[in-house]
Amino acid sequence: MKKHTLSALVENKFGVLARVAGMLSGRGFNIETLNVGPTHDPQLSRITATVVADEAALDRCVRALGKLVSVISVQDFTTVDYVARELVMVKIQSTKETRSEIIEVADIFRAKIIDVAHTSLVVEFTGNDRKIAAFLNIIEPYGILEVARTGQVALTRGH
Amino acid sequence: MVFFSTAPSFFMLADNNTSTYSNIMAKPKTDVRKPDENAAASPEKTAFMRGADVVVRTLELLGVDTVFAYPGGALLEISQALTRTKKIRTILPRHEQGGGFMAQGYARATGRPGVCMATSGPGATNLVTPIADAFMDSIPLVAITGQVFQQLIGKNAFQEADFFGITLPIVKHSFLVLKPEDLPSTLFKAFKIATTGRPGPVVVDIPKDVQQAYFVPEFPESLDAVDVPSLTPPPVPDDAVLSEILDTISKAKSPVLYVGGGVISSGATAALREFARLTGIPVASTLMGLGAFPPDSPQSLYWFGMHGTVAGNWAVYHSDLLIAVGARFDDRITGAIETFAPKARIVHIDIDRSEHHKNVRVHVPVEADAKVALERLCRLAQKSGFQKPDLTEWMGTIAGWKRQHPFPFTYNSEKTPHILPQQAVEILNEETKGGAIISTGVGQHQMWTPQFYHFKEPRTFISSMGAGTMGFGLPAAIGAKVARPESLVIDIDGDGSFLMNIQELACMAVEKIPVKILLLNNQHLGMVMQWEDRFYEGVRGQTILGDPKNIGSPDNVGGLYPDFVKIASGFGIAGRRVLRREELREAIREMIAHPGPYLLDVVVPNGEHVLPFIPQRRSALGILTE
Repeated sequence: MKKHTLSALVENKFGVLARVAGMLSGRGFNIETLNVGPTHDPQLSRITATVVADEAALDRCVRALGKLVSVISVQDFTTVDYVARELVMVKIQSTKETRSEIIEVADIFRAKIIDVAHTSLVVEFTGNDRKIAAFLNIIEPYGILEVARTGQVALTRGH
Repeated sequence: MVFFSTAPSFFMLADNNTSTYSNIMAKPKTDVRKPDENAAASPEKTAFMRGADVVVRTLELLGVDTVFAYPGGALLEISQALTRTKKIRTILPRHEQGGGFMAQGYARATGRPGVCMATSGPGATNLVTPIADAFMDSIPLVAITGQVFQQLIGKNAFQEADFFGITLPIVKHSFLVLKPEDLPSTLFKAFKIATTGRPGPVVVDIPKDVQQAYFVPEFPESLDAVDVPSLTPPPVPDDAVLSEILDTISKAKSPVLYVGGGVISSGATAALREFARLTGIPVASTLMGLGAFPPDSPQSLYWFGMHGTVAGNWAVYHSDLLIAVGARFDDRITGAIETFAPKARIVHIDIDRSEHHKNVRVHVPVEADAKVALERLCRLAQKSGFQKPDLTEWMGTIAGWKRQHPFPFTYNSEKTPHILPQQAVEILNEETKGGAIISTGVGQHQMWTPQFYHFKEPRTFISSMGAGTMGFGLPAAIGAKVARPESLVIDIDGDGSFLMNIQELACMAVEKIPVKILLLNNQHLGMVMQWEDRFYEGVRGQTILGDPKNIGSPDNVGGLYPDFVKIASGFGIAGRRVLRREELREAIREMIAHPGPYLLDVVVPNGEHVLPFIPQRRSALGILTE
């Protein structure tokens, strides 16, 4: 089973996320990441979800999502050319000794330090899942205290 | 669910500095704008209206003539407003589920949306089954529910349930109305959504403060005036695609038309009959599609699927071209999916593109309204000099199947001196000339009904198909009779199903709705019993409805339980029990002739199986005929 990125343009109203998420969960798909936010048109929001699912079952689900009255359009990006990013914040345990090392690693990943305390750092960076996994893997020995991720956002390339 | 607490009056006085409606609401006793007696009937007289009256007035504008409403604390305002309208008949079911199925019966018999109402919490949750049922069978249903005051939502208030949340997966759409001004446009949208494209149920949940608010409503001019962005009209089918379909038909050796409920809901009956005439293709229907094509036509294969005709099932199996119209390849139709119409090129005309390839990969999906597509196919065929295929051989083969296996259906009355359920339906068909509107419960009787009652016109067979909800028959018959009072409406029911909404006998009696009930009483859950007999060595797992040690039957009258005629009598409804074959026809005549509601309790032996029978996940070739 492959990972799919679904992108839905929906009405910016209460209950719409529940309808979309319910359609996925009712079919037993685990939503791996989920992002919702308004678009340049305040009436509309974009929902981006990544799910690992059987191709045919997901196709049925996408068609069913397209049928929802609150969904303007929906697409499985897997079949098209698209760009995707995710923003991650990681709180990492640090000491006087390890702080500079962590900063060095963060630099390599073009991550930013957005908070420094005596015993921890908060690092922010964006990337695709592979880059995120690589960074978390490298930073792991220092001690990851907390992670927060936005979930993937994506758009098709070109017009 | 009539109980309500004293909390509402307290909350009317609670802090409400955020909402102008609440401010008005907070001092209803001192407000000079008393609700106008005629508010619902003539809004022009007064600019300000109470939310509940706005609901009723909007329903009037939408052409609603009947609502099925069970009152309660959070619906009180609307129930009161309903007493002030002269245009809408309010019928009191004796259970909200009954009200939901009455609204469905109304909708199925007419095509117009059925409207049911219930209060918050348990009143609303009792509507869940009729809503899910309407969703499965694509029935336009508008369920209006009272909700607790907005200030109480989320606080586990008395009779609070998140009905918007509960119904999310079983509605076409739903609304929770938070602003009183939104009431008219929301209800217009609800009706538009319920009836546009593929029909379905819509929930409108209205908090009590919204019902109580005074404001100046703005009523939309028409359904066209309200905009539902994603509710785009279905595409007009491409002539090139349709012409290609006609070409395929010309070349086909063994084509079959497979027609479903979409033909009926789009009003495509005439177009279907014309298309069948032009092409000569035999027509096999689903249960939802029965009535769309005349059963006595030589082209009729009647109905196919799990308990359908042998000829219908074999024709679909051996077809080289299968044209599905307004049907969804349900598992009760296809049997094992891998062996469904294995040699056929499949064309699928459906208004809902999510149905294409859902259960069966089709070769030519056509996203279109059934009526539009069929009419266009007819016109193209007439215009382009369509070559009607030579189906002599194919029709010959089908005629052979019809001879080989009694068509449409038969039963063996020799084996018992008692009334067989099939016979009761057959005699009813004869006595009413197949012209009544028939509703059913769910189970064996539901299958025997279309087997032996031959439906000639759409919207005359009213049954819970997709959801298979027991208890459907009685309330649905009431709704159908209210909608079409000139028609004879009969609920053919089983004793198990009948008990599930038996309280609606009170509704029939009090509202004087002369529905007839033909009860096929075998003292068992017959369909489950049939599966027990076939697949579980006859072990009875809670399928005996009376005393298992003294099972009632035509041979053991003392064991019959309960006494349905006595129950009917308690509700003020005439009834009679028949045990003997010789009495049956005369008893059915008496039932039909009786001016009011009537229960005919036909005691039949248990152990009869519905045949033919394609066991689950088998191919049509594995059809059992004995």
